[in-house]
Amino acid sequence: MSKLIVDGKEIDVPTEYTLLQACEAAGAEIPRFCFHERLSIAGNCRMCLVELVGSPKPVASCAWGVRDCRPGPKGEPPEVKTRSPMVKKAREGVMEFLLINHPLDCPICDQGGECDLQDQSMAYGVDASRYRENKRAVEDKYIGVLVKTVMNRCIHCTRCIRFSTEVAGVPELGAIGRGEDMEITTYLEHAMTSELQGNVVDLCPVGALTSKPYAFAARPWELGKTESVDVMDAVGSSIRVDFRGREVMRVLPRTNDAVNEEWISDKTRHVVDGLKIQRLDQPYLRERGHLRPASWSEAFQAIAARVRVTRPERTGAVVGDLAAVEEIFALKELMDRLGVKNIDARQDGSALDPAWGRATYLFNPTIAGIEQADALLIVGSNPRREAAVLNARIRKRWRMGGFPIAVIGERADLTYSYEHLGAGPETLADVAAGRHAFADTLKAAKAPLILVGAGALARPDGAAVASLAAQAAQALGAVKDGWNGFAILHAAASRVGALDVGFVPGAGARTAAEMAHGGVLELAFLLGADEAEVAKGAFVVYIGTHGDRGANRADVILPGAAYTEKSGLYVNTEGRVQIAERAGFPPGQAREDWAILRALSDILGHKLPFDSLIELRAALFKAHPHLQRIDEITPGDPADIARLAARGGAPDRAPFRPAVDDFYLTNPIARASVVMHQCSALAKGAHALTAAE
Amino acid sequence: MAVRRLAPPELQPKSFAFTAENRAWSEKEIAKYPPGRQASAIIPLLWKAQEQCGGWLPEAAIRAVADQLGLAHIRALEVATFYTMFNLAPVGRTYVQLCGTTPCVLRGAEDLKAVCRRRIGDEQHITPDGQFSWIEVECLGACVNAPMVQINKDYYEDLTAESFEKILDEFAAGRTPTPGPQIDRQLSAPVGGPTTLKLFERT
Repeated sequence: MSKLIVDGKEIDVPTEYTLLQACEAAGAEIPRFCFHERLSIAGNCRMCLVELVGSPKPVASCAWGVRDCRPGPKGEPPEVKTRSPMVKKAREGVMEFLLINHPLDCPICDQGGECDLQDQSMAYGVDASRYRENKRAVEDKYIGVLVKTVMNRCIHCTRCIRFSTEVAGVPELGAIGRGEDMEITTYLEHAMTSELQGNVVDLCPVGALTSKPYAFAARPWELGKTESVDVMDAVGSSIRVDFRGREVMRVLPRTNDAVNEEWISDKTRHVVDGLKIQRLDQPYLRERGHLRPASWSEAFQAIAARVRVTRPERTGAVVGDLAAVEEIFALKELMDRLGVKNIDARQDGSALDPAWGRATYLFNPTIAGIEQADALLIVGSNPRREAAVLNARIRKRWRMGGFPIAVIGERADLTYSYEHLGAGPETLADVAAGRHAFADTLKAAKAPLILVGAGALARPDGAAVASLAAQAAQALGAVKDGWNGFAILHAAASRVGALDVGFVPGAGARTAAEMAHGGVLELAFLLGADEAEVAKGAFVVYIGTHGDRGANRADVILPGAAYTEKSGLYVNTEGRVQIAERAGFPPGQAREDWAILRALSDILGHKLPFDSLIELRAALFKAHPHLQRIDEITPGDPADIARLAARGGAPDRAPFRPAVDDFYLTNPIARASVVMHQCSALAKGAHALTAAE
Repeated sequence: MAVRRLAPPELQPKSFAFTAENRAWSEKEIAKYPPGRQASAIIPLLWKAQEQCGGWLPEAAIRAVADQLGLAHIRALEVATFYTMFNLAPVGRTYVQLCGTTPCVLRGAEDLKAVCRRRIGDEQHITPDGQFSWIEVECLGACVNAPMVQINKDYYEDLTAESFEKILDEFAAGRTPTPGPQIDRQLSAPVGGPTTLKLFERT
């Protein structure tokens, strides 16, 4: 620790702090453009200048270490002033230089109202310009379908370059030229390929990089803001949903160090146009092969007629990837009352079973815990595609050094280097048995992490693979006192919640994969299950939001609410219970899914015992108390992993496949989104239709 | 300085590869740096590539050097566009870099510029035979011998319009005139012989 006087106040800060951190610790506000807590220090905007007593010039506080400050002549602690006339003058000077080449186009700039340059020039700048010469003009660059550039506005802070190089791990942005001719671009204006590229828009302190799909759509002050969680993957990133009227305008990240730091993936951010397209806004009934609009009561009566004539053993229910815990619970209650045992939330065919114990299906080390790990084995997963933000966390740990990584499964660019051990379960068996050099690395590690992808478990031999992975975790010391390194990376937001409430087939009942076979079911309830195959011949009741695969197959469609239109609990892959809040209302006659199930239960003569979401939650929390601990993780019992390891089984030799093939098109909302289709086409190598605008 | 851009696509060769000799040289250059720091060799390699391409850096060469060093392409482009010594468009076989900074201007660089304009044409224009092109550059650090130009790799100093024309004539005839001061002067020693340390000379 090192003593320092900031604005006359003595503070004690760690010696490795920069002056900027020390000043903030002392409560002083330091303006900045280039400095960002999660990026390396550039020190090129000069906005953070402070006066260091004894130094002839103001110093850039972001790039000046506390340990580099000299004590005063009598040995008194170094003194920093952040409000002196020198600092005021320095800030005004820097601001004036920054504004020399910055256009005065705030009225037509999308950053207007949430612009660091605007705010800071109000706070620290002078009131008028003395500059009479011509301003610099810079050509706008094409850097992809998500980020719009207006390069006249760029102040060369290089945050975007540092983000793409350091955090995203795809070094595509760079600065060409020098001095006043410096320009930010990608190589020959190729589109960026990172799935985290949207974050450069948030990082840009000015309006040089703005969101292309959101261009000229709204002003920040006319938007309502709802804090929510993302459901595009199982990470459950913290997001803020901005809406105007009943329309969701955009999604922004919220800072949550335990989950997503302050990044979100492009799918999370830009899927919003999918919320407006292909929506189901009223019930439909299939008559003579064609779907026709129907009233709620007609639809319910049609279902009731079917339920009456169908035996429970011939009825099934499948839950999709975006469902909240409440509706899963309501559907389970309804199915219990109907005597239906064929229920499954694992529409991808995953073998994970809540009966094995909660620790066997959680990302036990937690996402923040990745930073404590010191060796990583990835089994049958491509985290970059399955959980882009979590992959950034792995990369962050890798960049700290001393983090050997090995992959069993598909060979892919994960943005960090790794050792590829093999493709299938036999390699995993070798590692578990210590017959592989990397097994020694894991054994030697203090906190080894074994990450098992959803794709490795969603196969006929999934149970055997899970057991094998648990054996590896046991044998290699990944499960021990104070550290549980057995980590399942789910791909679906609803999955852990559904497993928590036990939405899996009862004894002797059919799994989702078995229900898909022809002739098994006569009546199927799909709760947003668009990726599941449903047996031909079955009468399908689809509750969902989009005219996607499930709705095309359905005999009765009941329009539900998307994740921004309902309040719902989601449990992320770590087992963290999070609450998504309602930002708007579902379109037309669509209703919240739990309310649909409650109304349907009444018609079916098995009225569910809750009339409001509060009552539903009360019932849910009574049955599953851990779900009421919002934003917390109730850890699983590590002994479960030992029991799973003991189950054994013989996996076959098929190579592992990752759970996600096309990052941009994993769920019905994304498949409805035009932006996501553009991204997907770009990622597949199609040339962008528009060059530089 | 102006915005520096890559040459238009019609001038760009499709591909670039070091000759066997340059390749061996480049590998030796890379080996000078410790493991993991190979990127440091980027300037010598770009320089060699420029030499091989006749004095300029095609896009394909920038890409090839980046690939050889395991760098993202944009990283090599950043370096190539930062340093003005890398020419991004073709130049003449005799490439004149004329110093236009204050000391040279005070000593007559404007006259030399007029010669260039008359004999070669506008800045960065290549004569139809491909022999000459010229560019005004910032200080080349030979102020004591102002005015001066750099032709290919050599400095020609203490120029007048006449002596500069003569030098260009020599190049046009395919010869390489002697570099250095073009008046009776030893390197950057005082004109007309030494003025100090004469006693030292006698003893």
